[in-house]
Amino acid sequence: MTDTSNKNPVVSVAPSPHVFSMEMTVPVMMRDVLIALVPVVATAIYFFRWYALRQLIICVLFCLAAEVVFTRMRRRSLSLGDLSAVVTGVILGLSLPATAPWYVGVISAVVAVGIGKIVFGGLGMNIFNPAMVGRAFVMIAFAGSMAASGYIDATSGIDMLSQATPLSAFKQFGTAVPLSSLLWGTTNGSLGETSALACLLGGIYLCVRRVAAWQIPAGILATVTVVGAVANLVNLHSQWTVVHHLLGGALLLGAFFIATDPVTSPVTAAGKWIFGIGIGALVMLLRLFSGYPEGVMFAVLLMNALTPLINRWTIPRPFGGV
Amino acid sequence: MLKFLKKSSPSGTPGGSFPGPGTFAHGVHPPQQKELSSDAAIEIVPPPDKVILPLLQHVGGPCTPLVKPRQKVTFGEMIGKGDTLISASLHAPVNGVIQKMAVTTLPNGRHLQAIVIRSEGDQLSGQQLWDRMFAGPWPEKTYQCLDPAKITDAVHAAGIVGLGGAAFPTHVKIAPSDKKPIHTLIVNGCECEPYLTTDYRVMVEAADAVVAGTLLAARAVGADKTYIGIESNKLEAVDALRRRAAGAGVKLAVVRTKYPQGSEKHLIKAVLNREVPLGGLPADVGVAITNVATVTAVARSVMRGIPLTHRVISVTGGGIVQPKNLLVPIGITMGEVIRYCGGLRKTAARMIAGGPMMGFPFTNLQTPVTKGTSGITILTHEEIRRVDQRACIRCGRCVDACPMKLVPTKLAVASRFRDLNLARKYNIMACFECGSCAYVCPAGLQLVQHIRMGKALLAAEMKK
Repeated sequence: MTDTSNKNPVVSVAPSPHVFSMEMTVPVMMRDVLIALVPVVATAIYFFRWYALRQLIICVLFCLAAEVVFTRMRRRSLSLGDLSAVVTGVILGLSLPATAPWYVGVISAVVAVGIGKIVFGGLGMNIFNPAMVGRAFVMIAFAGSMAASGYIDATSGIDMLSQATPLSAFKQFGTAVPLSSLLWGTTNGSLGETSALACLLGGIYLCVRRVAAWQIPAGILATVTVVGAVANLVNLHSQWTVVHHLLGGALLLGAFFIATDPVTSPVTAAGKWIFGIGIGALVMLLRLFSGYPEGVMFAVLLMNALTPLINRWTIPRPFGGV
Repeated sequence: MLKFLKKSSPSGTPGGSFPGPGTFAHGVHPPQQKELSSDAAIEIVPPPDKVILPLLQHVGGPCTPLVKPRQKVTFGEMIGKGDTLISASLHAPVNGVIQKMAVTTLPNGRHLQAIVIRSEGDQLSGQQLWDRMFAGPWPEKTYQCLDPAKITDAVHAAGIVGLGGAAFPTHVKIAPSDKKPIHTLIVNGCECEPYLTTDYRVMVEAADAVVAGTLLAARAVGADKTYIGIESNKLEAVDALRRRAAGAGVKLAVVRTKYPQGSEKHLIKAVLNREVPLGGLPADVGVAITNVATVTAVARSVMRGIPLTHRVISVTGGGIVQPKNLLVPIGITMGEVIRYCGGLRKTAARMIAGGPMMGFPFTNLQTPVTKGTSGITILTHEEIRRVDQRACIRCGRCVDACPMKLVPTKLAVASRFRDLNLARKYNIMACFECGSCAYVCPAGLQLVQHIRMGKALLAAEMKK
């Protein structure tokens, strides 16, 4: 920087434009994501107590550590200040079961940031959502800890941890939990997904701040509503209604916080709609027909892979173009 | 209607009766900062000791000098002739003596031969100069009898170019064409660049000359409909023009304040709801468009035979001691103008020829004001503060800002990696470098600069 205390003014040159909007910067966007996650984190800690706290601390710390180590290995300059590793850590933590052993958190965090992000070239260059890369890795490597039974720990003293997650309870026994439990979050599940209300609250904040593109959650929720309604009509006796589909599982957490990662979603409005609709359709496909109770993670990863293609399909018509 | 506008929304709703939507899609809202100089009446700068007149101040071919060193010239005398069709002649803005030819560098980076005149003898100045150039009467009854070709000839002889910044020779713009008949003339008084207030002051203080010039230009080009497009943040200008324009059959189109509303394609969209085809010109949709200050020059060339020797500029920004609007001789140095405005503040950090969104920075105070210089903006360190540069996170904010509906981030990447096919596929040549993308970029990327480079590479390749 130039010294402004000099007697004479010091002028510089730079290409136009010479003024910039300071309202939105990458660190501010990441900070907004963290602010939006406050209700989600708060409900997670409220319901799962130290299980939640432990998981979040492990994930954030090891995401930051992985950022430092892998950036050093690639001899790149470190940019912890953009807070993106913290965001990845929190979202990863929120996507894990309360009962997952400590090494699951550690390994998923290292894979998320190291393999999911830095290896691709760091923030902005990764193709897949880092948190989901980390989670997918441990889901396969530690299938036991991450499967339906892994969510249950009867010895914990926390009521919810003795129940099956709502989606697997339905998959196995065909029983549905009351909608109010899904709304408030008094069910078992990954730490951040249980309270639909908390996810909605934070999600709406993100959309209002335009940190998340509203088209993505709108596309996801609209598709899930349509497909869920059709599924309901086909099977009228199912206790799991379209509203359960919307409020249950990781749908809202995924729609507002995971799918909206700008780096791994399309840049144009039309592309964002396609991306959202694709995720919604894949989630329903996996929920209704696959062996897994939930499909948000795989749906996001699959659509991440399609993002470059979607960008190519949706080159906007320029002003005056045909 | 307009009084109502003023009360309810000073920078909101468009007004007047015109077919278009009164705005365009995308764009940005940088702080306007017009209040620094908007209330400063135009002052007439005394003739300087010397003027520097580059031979190419416009788009097109340079003009050929007609004078030799030590030759005496008088105010308004032609000293350089624009020989080719797309060129503009040059006239002496002062009485004086020609000096040795000099080489000067303009803020846009061009090194040019320049005629230097040392002032000598009595000079036309002050109120007298203003009266000759802008004051009434402008007897508009006589316009209908004028032969359109006479108007373009007078404009051609006067060396008039677009004063909004692009400096395209005006006689070409207002020449009628059989292939592309013009039905509408839009006079551009948007002045969407932040800070600048020259067009605004001209409309407020010389409304009659604006209307006169509008009628003359419309007559020359054969347009039967005329609009003056003004952004809704300049209601005083609307008031000044209203009565006079209505009587003359010129419509005022008050359009929404948004950057870059002053881009001719976007003004045509806002006023007529027509889109100029990609790579095309306004004439392709039957429209001619010219700036308000330019039409005042047209009026005085046709009605009074005065060539383009002076122009109005704003000197503004947080880094100048006294922001002002000035009538200056073309060729006066930036240093002289800045001195007239009290000099630079200690906090001054950048000197720009033009406005902050599209203007060119300069450091040499000997740089002359040219026909296309719409103002001098001096910004402080605080005003040019920018976002720290980081990696693109593909948030798409540049896509939402681009008034040409391009994908700036992709264009920048294509340019950086010199992938010209990709750049072409994404219509890089449609970019007119308005700066909206770089203005909003949360990663602080120099998107426009990358795109500029890509455009230059592609243009070079196409020449091959």
